[in-house]
Amino acid sequence: MEQAIYEDKRTSKIDKEEKRTILVKRKRNLKKFMPLFIMMLPGLLYFLINNYLPMLGMVIAFKEINFTVGIIESDWVGFKNFEYLFSTKDAWIITRNTILYNVVFIILTMSISIGIAILLNEIKNKIFVQFYQSIILLPHLISFVIISYLVYSALSLDTGFMNNTVLPAIGEDRVSWYMEPQYWPYILTSVHLWKGIGFSTLIYFAAVIGISEEYYEAAKLDGASKFKQIFKITIPLITPVIILLTLLAIGRIFYADFGLFYQVPMNSGMLFDTTNVIDTYVFRGLLGLGDVSMATAAGVYQSIVGFILVLTANFIIRRVSKENALF
Amino acid sequence: MNDEKRWQIYGHVVMIILSVLAIVPFVLLIIASLTDEAVILAEGYSFFPSELSLEAYKYLWNMNDIITRAYGVTLFITAFGTVISLVITSLLAYPLSRKDLPYKNLFAFLVFFTLLFNGGLVPTYFVYTQVFDLKNTIWALIIPIILTNGFNVLLMRTFFKESVPDALIESARIDGAGEWRTLWSVVLPLATPIMATIGLFQAVIFWNDWMNGLVFLTDTRLYSLQVLLNRILEDIQFLRTADLGGQASDAMANLPSASIRMAIAAIGVIPMLIAYPFFQKYLKKGIALGGVKG
Repeated sequence: MEQAIYEDKRTSKIDKEEKRTILVKRKRNLKKFMPLFIMMLPGLLYFLINNYLPMLGMVIAFKEINFTVGIIESDWVGFKNFEYLFSTKDAWIITRNTILYNVVFIILTMSISIGIAILLNEIKNKIFVQFYQSIILLPHLISFVIISYLVYSALSLDTGFMNNTVLPAIGEDRVSWYMEPQYWPYILTSVHLWKGIGFSTLIYFAAVIGISEEYYEAAKLDGASKFKQIFKITIPLITPVIILLTLLAIGRIFYADFGLFYQVPMNSGMLFDTTNVIDTYVFRGLLGLGDVSMATAAGVYQSIVGFILVLTANFIIRRVSKENALF
Repeated sequence: MNDEKRWQIYGHVVMIILSVLAIVPFVLLIIASLTDEAVILAEGYSFFPSELSLEAYKYLWNMNDIITRAYGVTLFITAFGTVISLVITSLLAYPLSRKDLPYKNLFAFLVFFTLLFNGGLVPTYFVYTQVFDLKNTIWALIIPIILTNGFNVLLMRTFFKESVPDALIESARIDGAGEWRTLWSVVLPLATPIMATIGLFQAVIFWNDWMNGLVFLTDTRLYSLQVLLNRILEDIQFLRTADLGGQASDAMANLPSASIRMAIAAIGVIPMLIAYPFFQKYLKKGIALGGVKG
C-alpha cells in the first residue's frame, strides 16, 4: 500500500518534469509551425462563418421570429414550430416526396449507369469511347435554369414541342403540363436521369475498366457467354463500388436537388403535391411565400435526420469495406 | 469473335441513342431561338420550322447593355471566385497534409464535419444578411460558394499526401526554405492535376450559380447571366421594366417573347458548348479522381 503511494508520488514527479519539457517543446513547435497555422487561417475562418455559425443559427427554429425586434430578441417558443410543422399536411408531403424521388433516382441511376458502363466497355475503339463519354457528360454541366428553358420548350402549353408535334401525331389532346401534378414524377425523373446519368456512368466505367482482362480470357476459354461474363465477373467485381455509391446516396436521401425541384416545374403552385420537397419548402418559407419559423424547423429536421442517415450509412460502409468508409 | 462483334454493335447503338438524347434538347433550343415569332405561335417550338428569323437576336442586340453587364458579372465571379477558391483550398490543404502538424486531427475534423452536417439555408441566410451585410453586393455571388464544404480541401489534402514525398519537403527545409516557399516552389508545381480539376469544378459552379442571386440580390445591376436568365424565365415582363434606354422602347410593343426566351437561353449555354471540347478531358480525369470518394 505504502509502496504504491510512494511509487505514485515518484511517477507524478516525473510526469511533471515530462509535462514541462512537453510544454516547452510545444511552445517551440507552435513557433515553428506558425506559418502553417497562418496558412490555415483563411480556410478555417471561412468554415467558421459559412458552416459553423449557421449551425449555431439553427436555434432560431426554437424561436418565434419577429423581425421588428430582431432575431436575438425574438421569443423562445420551444418545440412549437416543430409541432406546427408536423401538424400540417406539408410535412408529410415534403418528406414523402424527398424520400420517394431519391429512392427512385438511386435505383434507376445505378442500374442504368452500370448497364451503360458495361456496354461502353465493349466498344474497343478508344476514340469512340472518349467521344461518347464526352457527349453523355455534357448535360451534367448545364445549370438548372437553362434546363428549365429546355423543358419549357418541350412542355409549354401553347408553344411546346409535346403539345404541338408529339401529342397531335399520336392523336392525343393537349396537356397543361405545368398544371397537372400527376405527370411530374415521370418528368422530374427523366430530367434527373438526363442530367446525371453521364456522371455516374463515368464513375462506374472507371471501375469496370479496372478489371483485369485475364478474368475474361479465362472465362472465354471456358466458353462462358457474354451475359455469363457480365453477371459472373463484371458485376461481382464492381460490387464494392456499387455498395459504396449507393450508401453514400442513401446518406443524402433527405436532401433533394433544389434546382431540379424548383426550376424545372417553374415554381408552379399547382404542382406542389408532386414537386414540393424539403429544400423547396424551406426556400419558399425563407422568401416569404410561406412561414419562416416553420421553414427553419423543416431545415433543422432535414439537417438532423440527414446527419443520422450519413452516420448510419458510414457505419454500414465500415462493416462492408473499411477502407472505403468516410471515417 | 462473332459474339464480340455483336456486343460492339449493341454498344454503339445504345451509345448513339444516348448521345442523341443528350444533344437533342440543345438543338431544339437553338432552332427555337432562330424561329420566326409568328411561326412559333402557330406551330410551336419545332425542329423543322417553316420560317427562320434572326429577330430574337436582333432584339437582344438592342438590349446588349443588360446582357453585356450580366456577362461581365459572370466572368468576374467565375475568374475571381475560382482563384480565391484555389488559394484558400490549397492553403488549408497543405498544412493538413503534413504529418507533423500539431492538432492535425482536430483541424481535419473541423474541415470534415462540414461534410456531415450543415445549418441549412435559413440560418445561412441570416448569417450573411444580419451578421455580414452581404445582401445586394457582388460578394453574395462569390462567398457562399467559395468552398461550400470541406470536400475539395480533403480531396486536395489526399493528393498532397500521396503525390508529394515527405523527403522532398524535408530537403526543402534543410535547404533553408520556409513553409511558404516550400508550398509555392515544391508542393504546388507537383499539384497541377488537382489544381486543374478543382479549379475546373469550381469554375463551373460559379458560372452556373443562380441560387445566390435569387436569395441575396434584388439589385438588377448585379445580376449574373444565370440570375438574369432565371429572372426572365420567371417573368418575360422583366424585359419591359428593365432600363433599356429610349429607342428600345418601340421594340417593346411587339416583344418576340417566345423566341427571345430561347435566344437568351442559347446565349447562356453557347459559351459552355464552345469551351466544353477544350476542358472535357480534364473533367473526365477529375471525375475518376474524386468521384468515388465524393
